[in-house]
Amino acid sequence: MDLENQSRINALVEEHGAENIIVLLGGAEAEASGLAAETVTVGDPTFAGPLAGVELGLGVYHIFELKDHVDETVWDEQISMMEMVLEVDEIVEEVKSFRDNGSKYNK
Amino acid sequence: MDFKTKKYAILGDRDGIPGGAIEECIKSMGAEVVFSTTECFV
Repeated sequence: MDLENQSRINALVEEHGAENIIVLLGGAEAEASGLAAETVTVGDPTFAGPLAGVELGLGVYHIFELKDHVDETVWDEQISMMEMVLEVDEIVEEVKSFRDNGSKYNK
Repeated sequence: MDFKTKKYAILGDRDGIPGGAIEECIKSMGAEVVFSTTECFV
């Protein structure tokens, strides 16, 4: 994950509390989505950014997992096209595995 | 868990779902977006 975004996430946790924050991903493929999920749960796996060794334990989801909660018209306009072309199950499974193992909140 | 009461930090993807599209989804739920960006994951 972008180093600047790691700093932003860290600052948001300090401001709002980890129990109130959910990180929501829009990644196009499973591996990159998993890396982002890993970073906000157990820490930056590349040890390059400010979240290296920092276990925020945040709740993390891919937007595909929130379909049932989003207004249907908005979903059709904003998400449905990419939902048809991306490997939804693979992406969701990867993000969920990091959430199940690393999230302390909102899972 | 009630998804509507949470604060969302959005990490969109230029090649997947951009931050702005995810933001619209969260707003439709009546939840709060505290950060939104669109990364290039590659």
